[in-house]
Amino acid sequence: MSDLTIGSRTYLQREKNPALPPPRLTSGPLAWVRQNLFSSIGSSVLTFLFLALALWIIPSLIDFAFVKAVWSGDAATCRANLDGACWAFIRDKFDYLRYGSYPIDQRWRVDVTEVVGAVLIFWLLWNGAPRRNVAALLFFIVYPILAFVLLRGAPLIGLPVIDTSLWGGVLITLLMSVIGIVFSLPLGVLLALGRRSQMPIVKAACVTFIEFVRGVPFITVLFMANFMLPLFVPDYLTPDRLLRPMIGTALFSAAYMAEVVRAGLQAMPKGQYEGAMALGIGYWPMMRLVVLPQALTTVIPGIVSTFIGLFKDTTLVAIVGIADFLRTVETARLDPSWAGPTISPTGYLFAASFYWVFCFGMSRYSQRTERRLSKGRKH
Amino acid sequence: MLKFAAGLLGLAFCAGATFAQAGTLDTVKGRGQLICGANTALAGFGIPDSSGNWTGLDVDFCRAVAAAVLGDPTKVKFIPLNAKDRFTALQSGEVDVLSRNSTWTSSRDNQAMLFGPVNFYDGQGFMVRKKQNVSSAKELDGASICVQQGTTTELNLADYFRTNKMKYDSVAFQDEDTVLKAYESGRCDALTTDSSGLYAERLRLTAPDDHMVLPEIISKEPLSPAVRQGDDQWFNIVRWTHYAMLTGEELGVTSKNVDDMMKSENPDIRRLLGVEGDQGKGFGLGNDWAYNIIKKVGNYGEVFDRNVGEGSPLKVKRGINALWNKGGLQYAPPIR
Repeated sequence: MSDLTIGSRTYLQREKNPALPPPRLTSGPLAWVRQNLFSSIGSSVLTFLFLALALWIIPSLIDFAFVKAVWSGDAATCRANLDGACWAFIRDKFDYLRYGSYPIDQRWRVDVTEVVGAVLIFWLLWNGAPRRNVAALLFFIVYPILAFVLLRGAPLIGLPVIDTSLWGGVLITLLMSVIGIVFSLPLGVLLALGRRSQMPIVKAACVTFIEFVRGVPFITVLFMANFMLPLFVPDYLTPDRLLRPMIGTALFSAAYMAEVVRAGLQAMPKGQYEGAMALGIGYWPMMRLVVLPQALTTVIPGIVSTFIGLFKDTTLVAIVGIADFLRTVETARLDPSWAGPTISPTGYLFAASFYWVFCFGMSRYSQRTERRLSKGRKH
Repeated sequence: MLKFAAGLLGLAFCAGATFAQAGTLDTVKGRGQLICGANTALAGFGIPDSSGNWTGLDVDFCRAVAAAVLGDPTKVKFIPLNAKDRFTALQSGEVDVLSRNSTWTSSRDNQAMLFGPVNFYDGQGFMVRKKQNVSSAKELDGASICVQQGTTTELNLADYFRTNKMKYDSVAFQDEDTVLKAYESGRCDALTTDSSGLYAERLRLTAPDDHMVLPEIISKEPLSPAVRQGDDQWFNIVRWTHYAMLTGEELGVTSKNVDDMMKSENPDIRRLLGVEGDQGKGFGLGNDWAYNIIKKVGNYGEVFDRNVGEGSPLKVKRGINALWNKGGLQYAPPIR
């Protein structure tokens, strides 16, 4: 500081500073690679390890699934080519995997039900869609009736009754999950509210139900519903073999859903409740307009993972003799006319892709919803 | 919890015993449909094909019962049952007959069930590579043998080698897929399981023709349909359905020639097909009961052939399932 004396000109610099090197790229693919993959020695090593792993697995998988696969032919064609998947087998069994034993000339009914369902779900989930409340009404009230009439049949309008023992494949998997999802959320919300209620009996009932269901493995519930129920109730009261696990699934996931929703309710600041009450809003309007919209938004990830869990849990109904999608794959691979070393890997690969597409779809949708709903809370 | 479950289970069995109603025949006739407990998926015995139709020896037996009782083999509803729930389903009255490759044992007969005639004599067998030049299980001394862990198969194997004073190395795995893979990769010289499964396993190998099933059967697994106790009329119908199919084969009556056989002079055939006598009335059925079985489902030989025998991919040899006069154990009492 001594040379900063007034009058002296030593503080003035006469030479230009040498030009600094240009800043390292902060955008563009190269910079991204450097920052994310090779930022340190440790991360470089990990990058190479994973790259090697991917190079080891992916090419052989692609080779097996596509390049060397058999796309058409019969069991002999597949046996002649043991390096590739046998998609000809899936093609032959495709209808069985979709519908199970549903009578062939009535399968259009399943198609119609699924298409209508898909359109309604799309309408309901697509944000920009007009009149989504109509969609909700159709989906939750009209659609179940339509689906029941179409799938099961109504002799009055000329649709023969198809016994549920003939249903199977993708039909069962979708049916079980849609019913589970549609029933578990409202039931779960009610149970969660009940558990936080001030009324002792309501609270006790909800707590007992939730804790009992969560304390019992799903398989046990299925076994009880399927083998014990027919022993205790008279013939005409015994629910259908497909209905039993359906009720089980809905109640089971409702209990898990209740705990997820309760987490959201607890995350609400007390001020929200107090503010609403101070304005003189009653209990139900308060929940509907103030608390639940916020609480449910907070727990979207939890709700969706419960849904995904439910979707995959539907495979458990196979143990009570219901031919869900995975069970039909199992059955198909045991067919002696298609026996061969590549049949089982092909079947399981197909099943895995099916479940992955659905679960990944659900997870992506939830991420989008989360982002959209959290916009309002970003400051 | 355990006590509670045990109590429930006990209750369940009591309930099963007391509710076993009489009059299954009337129930089935009234319903217009037979409810049959089938396997979820066992190649050759009960498995849906590519268009979803059930095929197999066991499901065809149910179709035969339906043909005898209702005159129509399609009037059957198949309920796929697992090993765990099959007997409960029968005891609770959910199925009219259980035809699901179940082994007939004394303890099962004691559980309020009656097992009918054996429609498939199964038992544990061995598969080896043809190039090993082994023609009998007795030559397997010192061999390594692939077997599924924790099954009676494993115990039978040990017993067999001990009684025959032979040595072996057991290569045991948890599930059948691994067992098969180990055998295919050469970890063991032979693979053992029930012979009904052995033929299906063989087909899943890379080159099935390089492998063969040895003739010895080292355990008794008589597979038989079962009904509830306390309904003798129904039990008789189920029993004689099988006997009618056997008699058909013995007399050379097939689904193709049965109409010509109606004109036969052979008194046995005339009684079987109801041209003479009142055999069906005694069972509470029409006199064409056996005609319907053979015409619409087939005799035992035909059913065996198309589901598990030479007419199917499995190609199981008749062996002890041949008729009694052809060196097998299948024997029907006379219909008269």
